[in-house]
Amino acid sequence: MTISSGYFQMCEGLPGREGWLNFNLMCEKLPDLLKGVPLTIELVSISLFIGLFLALGIAMMRLSNNRVLNGFARGYVFYFRGSPLLVQVFLLYYGFGQFEFVQQSFLWPFLKEAYWCGILALTLNTGAYTAEIIRGGLQSVPFGQIESARAMGMSGLLLYRRIIFPIAFRQALPAYGNEMILMVKGTSLVSIITLMEITGIAKQIIAKYWTPVEIFLIAGLLYLILNFLVTQLVKYLEIKFTPYLRHPK
Amino acid sequence: MDILALLAFDDTGWGDEMLMGMVITLLVSVSAMAIGLVFSVFATMSKLSNNVFSRVLGNTYTTVVRGIPELLVIYLFFFGFNNALMAAAKSLFNYHEYFEFPVFLTAAIAVGIISGAYSTEVIRGSFLAVPKGQIEAAKSVGMSKFQIFHRILVPQVMRYALPGLGNVWQLTLKDTALISVMAIAEIMRTAQIAAGNTKEPFVFYIFAAILYLTLTTVSTHALNSAENWANKGVRRA
Repeated sequence: MTISSGYFQMCEGLPGREGWLNFNLMCEKLPDLLKGVPLTIELVSISLFIGLFLALGIAMMRLSNNRVLNGFARGYVFYFRGSPLLVQVFLLYYGFGQFEFVQQSFLWPFLKEAYWCGILALTLNTGAYTAEIIRGGLQSVPFGQIESARAMGMSGLLLYRRIIFPIAFRQALPAYGNEMILMVKGTSLVSIITLMEITGIAKQIIAKYWTPVEIFLIAGLLYLILNFLVTQLVKYLEIKFTPYLRHPK
Repeated sequence: MDILALLAFDDTGWGDEMLMGMVITLLVSVSAMAIGLVFSVFATMSKLSNNVFSRVLGNTYTTVVRGIPELLVIYLFFFGFNNALMAAAKSLFNYHEYFEFPVFLTAAIAVGIISGAYSTEVIRGSFLAVPKGQIEAAKSVGMSKFQIFHRILVPQVMRYALPGLGNVWQLTLKDTALISVMAIAEIMRTAQIAAGNTKEPFVFYIFAAILYLTLTTVSTHALNSAENWANKGVRRA
């Protein structure tokens, strides 16, 4: 209690309404906005995690010679990359809810919740973008490497596990880092379907105090910090997975 | 009600409204792209300049705008831009009346600032892709800075930047869906209104998605032919 009261006392000392920006309010509302960070991180990590497996499946379908699988993957990627995320969220949350058979199906307990709709929309969306990234990575594996692995007698899963995936992963990492940042930013859209992550809380505070600039600046700062952490993580992974490119010490 | 009646081009159907929304979406995207290109030219100059202050300014612009959600930028402009303009008018021109900046332009500027940040990176990369030797050669034949710019740099930068700017265009097109929160009757907003009135959200959001897909597909083809046209003098292996 003493820490928080001390914090608010510190906020009191900052310039308030008379100045350009109401720093007092920005400082006071920071803890409220911070409460949205866990939900944002949760949405990002769950949808990225499931989306990665989905994307792997879609990428394999896209590379397969089966006409039906290939066509499905093409259509999937075309739809999710060609239309705005907002449309996808609305279609899931409002669109599917109108049908009787959806409301009576076993999926309804999930689809009526904004939380699961948000996660589903984000997952399907990142699945499409990541599928293209993975496809690029898989296609960048030099054919000679696959050939020599085959010559060594590797086949199927072993070939993928030992040769193709590690090379493709390294190749796809920078692009996947961008996708992770896009996802962090994408989570702000689910505030429109009533989820209280950072942007949702920011909007709630603004509706009460009518100080849009101050609150959105703080919210923006939180997103910047999250994205900075993501870029650092990707940088670390990139160095870790390219040992042959490191400079000798 | 069946789907055709819902999407009819008359007073009861929403087909004409949705197509009008598509026109608005296109208008906002084109204006935003144009505004963004103007921003990006300045931002590129400041990012490539020798002045530390202007470099920091350019880097801050691209990092911040690309690092925060588009929705947040749009909210910031929607709620704060008019007040900021009025405050500026008050302190600069001593103008005390209330005024409302056109919301269409606010939207175009907001999306323009986002697309400008991405365009900046594309254009900066294209500038750096021009071989140094060419600029040295241009200097050695006595070209002035301006001549180097418009004879050597611009023609090549435009060609190098085209694919990247095409991607930015697709992003911008999709970002305009977010300005539906500003109550501008583009595709998304019209679909929301229609869905609310008819209680048929599925039809209208699918239709909205189809309109966006049409726009992006047509753009893809247009950009491909533009690239072919721009590269017709280039030797390829």
